[in-house]
Amino acid sequence: MTSRGTSRRLTSKPTRVPEATTNAAVEAVWRIESARLIAGLARMVRDVGLAEDLAQDALVAALERWPQSGVPDNPGAWLMATAKNRAIDLVRRRTTLARKEEELVREVGMRMAIDGAESEAALDDEVGDDLLGLIFTCCHPVLSREARVALTLRLLGGLTTAEIAHAFLVKESTIAQRLVRAKRTLRDANVPFEVPRGEELDARLPSVLEVIYLVFNEGYAASAGEDWIRPSLCEEALRLGRILAALAPRQPETHGLIALLEIQASRARARLGPGGEPVLLADQNRSHWDLLLIGRGLKALERAERMPGPLGPYGLQAAIAACHARARTAAETDWVRIAALYDALAQLAPSPVVELNRAVAVGMAFGPEAGLELLDTIAAEPSLRDYHLLPSVRGDLLAKLGRRAEAAAEFERAAALTENARERELLLRRAAAD
Amino acid sequence: MRFMMFMYPQISEEEWNPSAEDVAAMGHYNDELRKAGLLLSGEGLHPPAEGARVGFDSEANATVTDGPFAEAKEVVGGYWMIQARSKEEAVEWASRCPGRDCTIEVRRVFEMDDFPRDVQEAYEQADPGA
Repeated sequence: MTSRGTSRRLTSKPTRVPEATTNAAVEAVWRIESARLIAGLARMVRDVGLAEDLAQDALVAALERWPQSGVPDNPGAWLMATAKNRAIDLVRRRTTLARKEEELVREVGMRMAIDGAESEAALDDEVGDDLLGLIFTCCHPVLSREARVALTLRLLGGLTTAEIAHAFLVKESTIAQRLVRAKRTLRDANVPFEVPRGEELDARLPSVLEVIYLVFNEGYAASAGEDWIRPSLCEEALRLGRILAALAPRQPETHGLIALLEIQASRARARLGPGGEPVLLADQNRSHWDLLLIGRGLKALERAERMPGPLGPYGLQAAIAACHARARTAAETDWVRIAALYDALAQLAPSPVVELNRAVAVGMAFGPEAGLELLDTIAAEPSLRDYHLLPSVRGDLLAKLGRRAEAAAEFERAAALTENARERELLLRRAAAD
Repeated sequence: MRFMMFMYPQISEEEWNPSAEDVAAMGHYNDELRKAGLLLSGEGLHPPAEGARVGFDSEANATVTDGPFAEAKEVVGGYWMIQARSKEEAVEWASRCPGRDCTIEVRRVFEMDDFPRDVQEAYEQADPGA
């Protein structure tokens, strides 16, 4: 925002009147600073586990001090200085204890990195390289998918172990173990703390994007009535996606992913009925879609489209989502374009589910016969054998062609395959109607 | 959750003369908000002299008054809309603004879920476009 009177004679560093503060305020600072703090420390000590411990120590110190003294002018720098002092103490102790020469070399190297960092302004991560390094480390392919998700939420989202466990409906001890093991794996594999460059960046980006997308979907799958932590995963994923797009702006897929997430999130209110039942896209009240998020999503997609090269899988999915977002009514949907986009997606990231969606789009764009023809080419796909949407889509296309007996049989088959009671009800009703 | 941060400058528009440095500092702050992944939107507003007020009396009759508004003590100069995880986080971000001679008011944005179910239903029936 720039506006009249906002910044007269301002200085770059605001000064704050210290006053007693609450633990909630300290925690708010922590939530803002923790990822950057851990990232800066990890660069120095080259161990995210140790960096996390040091950052936690600094938080404990802040919780002791700030309620009386007030939040310091530059809380991030305060936390960093405190954590760095602990790191130096720790290295000194370890250097004394180190017997093996290689350990000594490592510890001395670490110490030099910390000393070297001393001269820099604390938390001087203007370009966000430390933070980006932390993102890529948490999402390193050496870790399992579950481990990457947990570590990302812990170190970048600042979520507690209990919150992560709650969000994924697993036991707290499971998450605690997963985190310990993930940090150990990174250490044992000697994963360097750095931002990959060039081709390596391209190669490693998908595992980062996947983590953010998984976090989003976990939150999106939660129903509205559930407690806040699961739906708040969507907000966390959006935040991480926006950070990534801001820090790695030259990667078209970072914009593709955030475009997809913003547009999907824009429908959050419309996609569930009053009883929590899912509402199909075509039946959603479009005036309940969030225009702010749609605008952001379309802008991010434009950015991805303006970059050289064709759209990637996330960009294409965002482009499909954008076709729906742009249509004021379901009838105005540009199905010809959606069919073409699914065609491109099927070539780039082929999967039976994409083919199924493509058949739906082709059916909408070029008539039910064309859709059926395409559907027949994937009907034998083993992975779709028990997938209720296959007969459901088929039934829909047959019904449009007036082949009612065949359509009813397909709806019945779909009803038998689905595990969702509400959906079964809907399918059986359609079977009876046809 | 979403918060609006309203900026109330406490100086008149004639006094306003930001240096390049001031503008850069505010730009840097906006960039920080963006890189933290929580800036949803933000705009500065033209001075109230170019605006108007529409008042309603108890009979719901509208009266239009063109700016400037002599009696107004506080006039919004601009706003940010951010996504934050708590009020404290939003307040912390507001405290980091490199502003001077101004006040930032932090207000949480209502979401439909904040209302009881029956209120939500009544509202949606009355305004299906909400």
